[in-house]
Amino acid sequence: MTGGPAEPVLSVEGLEVHYRVRVPGQRGKVTARAVDGVDLVVHAGETLALVGESGSGKTSIANAVMRLIEPAAGRIVFDGIDLVPLRGRALRKMRPHFQMIFQDPFESLDPRRTVLDTVMEPLVINGIGESADDRRKLALVALARAGLTPPERMGARFTHQLSGGQRQRVAIAAAMILEPALVVADEPVSMLDVSLRAGILTVMADMRDRLGVAYLFITHDLSLAWMFADRIAVVYLGRVVEEGTSADLIDSPAHPYTRALVSVIPVPETSRDAQRTVLSGETPNPSAIPSGCRFHTRCPLYRELGEPARCREVDPMLAEVHSVVGGHRAACHFIDQQGVS
Amino acid sequence: MTSDQAAQGIDDIEYEKPPSNWTLLWGDRMGRWGIIILVVVTVLAVFGPMIWPFDPAAVGEDSSSIFQPPSSAHWLGTDELGRDVFSQFLMGARISLFVGIMATLIATVIGAGIGVMAGFFRGPVDSAAMGVTDFFLVVPALPLMIALAAIFGQNLLIVIIVIGALAWPRTARIVRSQTLSLRERQFVPRARSLGASNARIIRTNITPHLLALIVANTILVVAGCILAEATLSFIGLGDPNRISWGSMLHFGFVSGAVGRGAWWYFLPPGLGILVVVLGFTLVGQSFERVTNPKMRGGA
Ligand code: SF4
Repeated sequence: MTGGPAEPVLSVEGLEVHYRVRVPGQRGKVTARAVDGVDLVVHAGETLALVGESGSGKTSIANAVMRLIEPAAGRIVFDGIDLVPLRGRALRKMRPHFQMIFQDPFESLDPRRTVLDTVMEPLVINGIGESADDRRKLALVALARAGLTPPERMGARFTHQLSGGQRQRVAIAAAMILEPALVVADEPVSMLDVSLRAGILTVMADMRDRLGVAYLFITHDLSLAWMFADRIAVVYLGRVVEEGTSADLIDSPAHPYTRALVSVIPVPETSRDAQRTVLSGETPNPSAIPSGCRFHTRCPLYRELGEPARCREVDPMLAEVHSVVGGHRAACHFIDQQGVS
Repeated sequence: MTSDQAAQGIDDIEYEKPPSNWTLLWGDRMGRWGIIILVVVTVLAVFGPMIWPFDPAAVGEDSSSIFQPPSSAHWLGTDELGRDVFSQFLMGARISLFVGIMATLIATVIGAGIGVMAGFFRGPVDSAAMGVTDFFLVVPALPLMIALAAIFGQNLLIVIIVIGALAWPRTARIVRSQTLSLRERQFVPRARSLGASNARIIRTNITPHLLALIVANTILVVAGCILAEATLSFIGLGDPNRISWGSMLHFGFVSGAVGRGAWWYFLPPGLGILVVVLGFTLVGQSFERVTNPKMRGGA
């Protein structure tokens, strides 16, 4: 890594993703702001977890970063190059450097292909390797690395003959064979049996250590993010509401939303006061984002403080929270008034 | 690591190979009848004219040889010029099948091509393609075929092209809707993220999943094309130099065979068309049923 740790492999600036959706009771279509101004930075070899409920926009962020959907605004700078204006061949030439692991290994792999063909396909598409034999060797190495052993025997199988966990390993092997600098992992274990999750995460962590790959790890599970990621960004209704190192964010969450999420994590060391904050209500619709702070319709602190007008009127920006390591930021007008009462 | 051992254990289960579509088709009663019909007709059409001793164009020697009822020599009797009807029937089967299949190939290429493009690219491509498709779907086919045949003349190639050019809209619609749902499957964005071009995604990720659907639809289209050829020929717009079942019906009527009760002249081609269309429809519907797991489960 020539740029040193300060050099980001990915930086997302002011990302917006809009959808045109039909709303019952309204004529025509309205704009849903699924992603509404998101900034993210992922450094080389680092794992950033994007945590949010369904409907938070986290998957839209992942798909936009992968250039699978068109952002409405913003820059997606990968290795110093803005990907947003790239089209066609120019974009395809960049693609090997950022790869994706999809949520559902039953849907993302062609069941009629052998494992070896599936893992060799990225090489074929990108014209990597001198010969078929060359590609075969690379694929066998990738399979072994993903824990599919013996690779010769596993490679000869059809993907439809594999279990979910094995398929996800195939998907990981295929993504990693291109030696990407960044891998976007969209809920990579949520479709898998709980007993298989640790194995998949171990393989992913191993790739990070051995190949120096950076992860953008999308999950709805804060405890999983805490376990796997260096840093966490919490997403609510298309906006990052808090970000920081995993330890900081879990130990001293600053935003009322994060506090609520943290309070319901089953924690092994039950030193923390066992007060659980269960949020009431549903996440509002992204086609009708609440005014001011978008969380005020569900915010316990807002109610506790007597519903201050500022929350309804002024959209809070991410601001530094005092922390030991730094880089801990939250978007709330009343960060300092937490837990005082 | 126990979880890994559990995962590895699964791959030792023997997986049964799913039965092929053809096995399933043969196992389906309707499909089996359809196949039997089509095999018999095809064998008759291909080998019949080689074996049967009479030339379909050979005119009888005198007036006593015209409109002869079926006999041991002329199984289906003779026509108004004393020609052997059974040899015409065999030759007619050839032309009817040939025109039906060739026109279907044209229709399938156009229909599947337009359907895939519309479904895959959506947006303006889709709107334009579906506009054209809807136009061809509502345009009254028969008058248009008559007009085109009248303009471009009457030979086999023109007949094939005219029928094929009008038979594709249904295929386009079906292929489009299937493509629309296929492109939402996760293997499409996955292929794209690996760096695959649109052309490659269509070729390797979309088309293989459409094949069963296209085959089923194609078989049904053949039935329609054979009927269309028969209709054109019956109203006298076919190739006058070729004998098809439709043209046999045409000459059966204009020669007065119906009035004379010479049923052996007009009944065989009529039944031939009926049976072949039935054969293709049975196979097509059966194929649709056995290749569509959702429909298969309901049986
Ligand atoms: S700004 Fe107000 S409404 Fe928003 S999180 Fe903070 S206290 Fe709650």
